[in-house]
This record gives sequence, structure tokens and C-alpha cells, in this order.
Amino acid sequence: MTDEPEVPEVPEVPAEEIVISDGDTLRKAIAVHDAVVDREVRRLSRRGFVVAGIATVAAYGAWKWLRLAKREGDVPWPLRRGLEANEKVAEAYFSNRRLSREFPPSAISANARVNGGVGLQANYDPDHWRLQIEGMNGQPPASLSLADIKSFPRRDMTTELRCIEGWSIIVHWTGARLADVMAKFPPPPRTPYVAMESPGRGYYVGLDMRSCMHPQTLLAYEINGAPLSWQHGAPLRLAMPVKYGYKQIKRIATIRYTTVRPPDFWGDRGYDWYGGH
Amino acid sequence: MKDLENKHPLAIRWFHWINFPLLAVMVWSGLLIYWANPVYRIGFGNRTLVNMRVAEKTFEKANLAFRLAEGLSLHFFFMWLFAINGILYVAYTIFSGEWRYLLPDRHSWVEAIQVTLHDLHLRKEPPPQAKYNAAQRISYTAIIVMGLGSLLTGLAIYKPVQFGWLTFLFGGYQMARFFHFWITVGYVLFFVVHVAQVIKTGWNNFRAMIIGREVRTYD
Repeated sequence: MTDEPEVPEVPEVPAEEIVISDGDTLRKAIAVHDAVVDREVRRLSRRGFVVAGIATVAAYGAWKWLRLAKREGDVPWPLRRGLEANEKVAEAYFSNRRLSREFPPSAISANARVNGGVGLQANYDPDHWRLQIEGMNGQPPASLSLADIKSFPRRDMTTELRCIEGWSIIVHWTGARLADVMAKFPPPPRTPYVAMESPGRGYYVGLDMRSCMHPQTLLAYEINGAPLSWQHGAPLRLAMPVKYGYKQIKRIATIRYTTVRPPDFWGDRGYDWYGGH
Repeated sequence: MKDLENKHPLAIRWFHWINFPLLAVMVWSGLLIYWANPVYRIGFGNRTLVNMRVAEKTFEKANLAFRLAEGLSLHFFFMWLFAINGILYVAYTIFSGEWRYLLPDRHSWVEAIQVTLHDLHLRKEPPPQAKYNAAQRISYTAIIVMGLGSLLTGLAIYKPVQFGWLTFLFGGYQMARFFHFWITVGYVLFFVVHVAQVIKTGWNNFRAMIIGREVRTYD
């Protein structure tokens, strides 16, 4: 597929020889001309199809290489780098002033779909549940009861919960702003990450600090006006419309401030660590 | 008597052939993603003509089910290449003046009907054929508009809070996904017709997309 100079000039045929009555001479001139064209087409085709062939083989080789590349977090490492590069772009553009759209109560989905149950099985005793906050500046971990969480200003929002699978539901959440809780139990300055875990670390998420500070990030204890059900993550879960559903951990037992990027349950299983909207 | 005419500039040939595998990867990874929630159908009211899904078993047998994470990681990688190639193509057509052959003009709409009737053997006289006929102008422009539509609806699904205005413009998150999906179906239909037309038109025309030149035969 290379550009070539113009077709070479047709060999000169003396003008006096092109006499319409002399059909033979004219036909001969045309035959010479056509032969030159044919030769040029063959030459261009050879080059064009050789380049096309090489490009096809190269593209196929690159694809094979990508598919077989060493896996990182259960995807080929170049794709993991891709997700991380996208994260950088998204973080650069992210603003806590941009809010997820809020809906009127009439828009709430009739069925608050329950999706993952990971982390909800083991070690849960509703009477003894506490939320542990770790990683504060030189302080021992804080241990909070549900009543402690409810003592923070109560926030309500009707937002869309978007699952990475492609479906979404409109949900009314009630809870405390994570930013309010973190203001009382502050992380060390410039802490970049927050890790959250369910009891026994059955489920775990890694979150960036800025998304945690988003005004629509709630430690929710009610869904659609009723206390969280067991499947929805009682007694306390994350409601976070700036992230996909898989980041909105149910039945939080531990919140930890950390400078080390925390592992993430689905991030370890091929999904984007960031998962941000 | 034969002549060799310039047809497709080198840049356009590269953009075209690079786009082909990129779009294929985008459609294929998109299918892996779509399959996690295959909800669309063709129908009206309660009447469904075609469900846009096959039996789960069939999909599992084809080893296409439960590959959402893989589909997403591919989609979010190749989206950049697809977008950059498309933007460069459009920029090239603008700066080179090629857009003059590609954009429909006020005659194109009537002529496109003539082209279609001719292709269906319902009309004898061939319609006016410049570098691209009217039907080609319309479809090659439409495919670019669809490309832009894919990028914008894709962004609306990808970052529905940071680009909430865009998501809102498309009628919400689910509507943006709906458009994103049907544009893709449009690509597939385009591909089928495009390949059929190329086969019908013949080798000389196809070869021009590789070597750039087309042989023209005069009487």
C-alpha cells in the first residue's frame, strides 16, 4: 500500500501513424499502452499485497502476544496497564462537585435487585457487630456501634446503582456521609487509599480517598426507607454512586486508611480496580 | 484502452484497514460485555419479534459466556485506538479535501434511491457514479456519525457521573447503553452490505483499496 509515481508515459507513437483508417497501427498503439498499464498494475499489486500481508501477520502476532501475556489481577498485564492508565485519566478529571443525578421517589425501582452475596455468609452476629476504623494518626482503632453511626447527620438520596454487568436500579439510601465520619476519625494527611472489609474479610474493596470524600458516599443503614436486609448488607454498607456496585461493599466490618493500594475483591479477578463513574 | 486512475489516497487506505480489526475487537469485546445483561429485543409493545440473545447454553458452548471482565479490559484498551484512528481519519478527510467526495450533497438523497433501485435490478439506467455514488456518500458519512455516536454513548456509560450531562442528554444511563448497543448492530449490518457490494463490484474496485489505483477501460 505505497504510493507510486504516476504511470510512466506511454511510448511515443508518431502522430502521423495514428490514422483512423489504419486500424492496425491504432490497435498496436493501444496494445502497447495497455501492456504498460497491466505491468504497472502487477507491480503495484505485488507491493500492495506484500505490505498488506506483512501488516496482517504483524497484527495477528500482536494480538496473540496480548492474549498470552503474563496475567496480572487475572487479565493480561498490558490490559491491566491500560486500566491503570484509564484510572489516571479519570482521576485527573474527577471532581467531588459533580454529583450523581438524584431522582424523585416515584422513580425508585420496584425491585431492589440483590446481586453478590460474597462476604455475607460467615462470622456475622448482628448483636455484636461493630465498625472498626484503623490507620488513624498514631491512635488506636476506633470501634463504633450502629447507634454511633446513626448519631451522625442523617443523609438521604435517591440515586442510580449501576452494576458492572450493565443493569441499574434506582434506590433510596439513608445513612451517614462517610466524609462526616472520617472528619471525626481523620486519616493522616494525604492518605491516598481506604480499604474496607466485611467480617472475616469475606469481601474487600480498595477505594481512592477522593471518591470516599464525595458528598454522595454514604455509610448506609437503610434502603428504600427500611433497615438493610441481610442480603443488602445489614447492618451497614457503602452506597457510593461514583462507583460501580461491586465497590459498594456490604456489611462493612473494617475501614482502614492506608498508603498502600489495597487489594480489591473483583480487582483481583480481572476487573478494574478503580471502577469509578 | 486502459488507464490507471488514482482512487484511494494512502492515508485513507491505512485508516480503513486499521479500523477493520479495531472495530472487530470492539464489537467482539462489546458482545462479551453485553452478554452479562442481554436485554434488548426487536418488537413493539408486548410483541417481541427477535430477542437479541441466544440460549445461555449455546453461548456457553461457544465459550462466550462469563467473560465480562475480559471483555471490559479489552474494550477499555482498544477504545483509545479505535477513537484515535477514527479522529485521524476524519481530520485527514477535512484537511486533504477528500470530504468533498464523501459528504452527501443535495442531490444525494434522490440519487441514493436510484442507486438502490438499480442494485435491486428494479431500474435499468445506472445512476451517476463519481468516485462514490450517492448511496456510498450517505452510508460512508453515516458510519462516521455512528462512530461519533459510539464514542459519546460509550463515554456516557463509562463515566455517567463525571459526564452526567452527556448521560442525561441520551436519556439516562440505560438509554445510553441502548443506543450504544443498536449502533453496534448498525455496524454489523453495514459490514454485511459493504462486503456484499464489494464482492458484486469486483476485483478491480477491491484492489484499489489496497494499491490505491483503479484500472479504467475505455471503448
